[in-house]
Amino acid sequence: MDSNLRREIILDNYQHPMHRGLVLDDSYLKTNYNSESCIDNLDLMMKVEDGIIKDIVFDGEACAISTSATSIFIRSLIGKSVSEAKNIIRNYQNMLDEVEYDKELLGELVVYDEISRQPNRMNCALLPSRAITKMIEELEGK
Amino acid sequence: MHREDFPMLNSDIVYFDNGATTLKPNCVVRSMVDYYTKHTSNIHRGDYDAAITTNKLYDEAREVVRDFINCNSSKEVVFTSGTTASINMVVFGYMKKHLKRGDEILLTKSEHASNVLPWIKLSEEIGIVIKYIPLNEEFALTVDNVIKSIHSNTKVISIAHVTNVIGDVRNIEAIGQICKEKGILFHVDGAQSVPHMKVDFRKCNIDFLSFSGHKMLGPTGVGVLVGKYNLLEDMDPIFFGGGMNQFFEADNRYEFKNSPVKFEAGTPPIAEVIGLKRAIEYLMDIGMDNIHKHEVELKKYMVSELEKIPNIVMYNKNSDSGILAFNIMDVFSQDTSIYLNHYKIYVRAGNHCTKMLKDEINIKNTVRVSMYLYNNKSDVDKLIHVLKQSKDIFKIVI
Ligand SMILES: Cc1ncc(COP(=O)(O)O)c(C=O)c1O
Repeated sequence: MDSNLRREIILDNYQHPMHRGLVLDDSYLKTNYNSESCIDNLDLMMKVEDGIIKDIVFDGEACAISTSATSIFIRSLIGKSVSEAKNIIRNYQNMLDEVEYDKELLGELVVYDEISRQPNRMNCALLPSRAITKMIEELEGK
Repeated sequence: MHREDFPMLNSDIVYFDNGATTLKPNCVVRSMVDYYTKHTSNIHRGDYDAAITTNKLYDEAREVVRDFINCNSSKEVVFTSGTTASINMVVFGYMKKHLKRGDEILLTKSEHASNVLPWIKLSEEIGIVIKYIPLNEEFALTVDNVIKSIHSNTKVISIAHVTNVIGDVRNIEAIGQICKEKGILFHVDGAQSVPHMKVDFRKCNIDFLSFSGHKMLGPTGVGVLVGKYNLLEDMDPIFFGGGMNQFFEADNRYEFKNSPVKFEAGTPPIAEVIGLKRAIEYLMDIGMDNIHKHEVELKKYMVSELEKIPNIVMYNKNSDSGILAFNIMDVFSQDTSIYLNHYKIYVRAGNHCTKMLKDEINIKNTVRVSMYLYNNKSDVDKLIHVLKQSKDIFKIVI
């Protein structure tokens, strides 16, 4: 991907993130994510009905990479089934680990395909997938 | 000052993270290498030459600290693993034994986690009550607010001399005097002050003083607790084992040694104590007043230059130390620190372990510049230059 386009997508999602703002609704799962190695601190909420992700929202303070990744992730997952979401997360993880992954499936998330060159930002890029995985595990009673 | 003594500075970096830890001069490293290559041995137990050399250096280190901090005797100097360990020893070795339910402790919301969490834990265990002395509009602590916060149940005041985000210098001499008059125990967290200015244990009527070696040109893994001897006599160790006991028997009888040895169970960080000794000697040669003056002047210069950049917000322009907290408007602090790293300028982003300060500043995270004797105007100029171009920040960090 052209690096200007990549930067534009990331920046746009950072400065105007979608789905920002938590909701007062008990039917949502909720998780807080902050990592030991960095200072990002985000809350995420997710509503699942009949195995379909109906909504995800987030709020908090975080850097450009984790905020934008959260925004893009949320948009890619809404409307998908939980198992589709797990598949996307798996492929995303593979992309960051620099092993084979399904580019089509990831859509806009491929803007992070070079993040592994900056090891100190891997955790930022992984923040949304880890947070969503945590909620899915909770949902599945793990 | 003395940049040639610090090998890390040969690599063209600007090191502005001295609040986290400092660089080490050659002489400190050399003193430790000598221990490891010429006279490795344990302390207190050997009759051979290497052990005698090591023992002598270890004992001298206490004298050097005594002289540096102006306490009454080297028996008041306990080597620990750092400020955090020192504070935990005071809280669980002394306070737990002497305080009771309902006794009040005064802290502030700009204390480091190490000077809050032990107290919260003790409160959970024995029911002491923690109160926070209000800060003024510059997030600093005034003597007036200290006086207003004291009640008949106030038993302890435990505060940083210099705080690690705001860098305000508390008037510990006045506060120590008040504590003396009211019979309140006074613990000072010296982690950010002892490395940077003259701290006088006796003059300030301090009861306990904690600080770390690695923030004052010394090695990691060593710190100091200085305590008034009569208090140390009444304090229990929190670690038990070799070196600190007189005897112990199968019928559970035992006797501990006296302070400071009583608090140094097991093999202490010998190389680190030797390195710390050398670091203190080095600092004293330069003179603590000179170091403080240098940092304050440099900070004033930095503030005056930063004021010319419109999108910079500073949070503690006026504090009298080498610490400056700022943000680039609308940029998350970590993005700023990653940006600066691109130009080899090392700063810190975050809440700096003072998670309660967000209640006061309304900003959770800041970029922190913290200076030391080896920083100079050229370091500041590099920072200013890069911040002036920060409209391109996302070209660098993304
Ligand atoms: C004010 C203050 N207190 C305590 C500490 C803890 O010191 P250490 O991590 O060396 O135990 C620090 C270190 O950042 C500090 O700045």
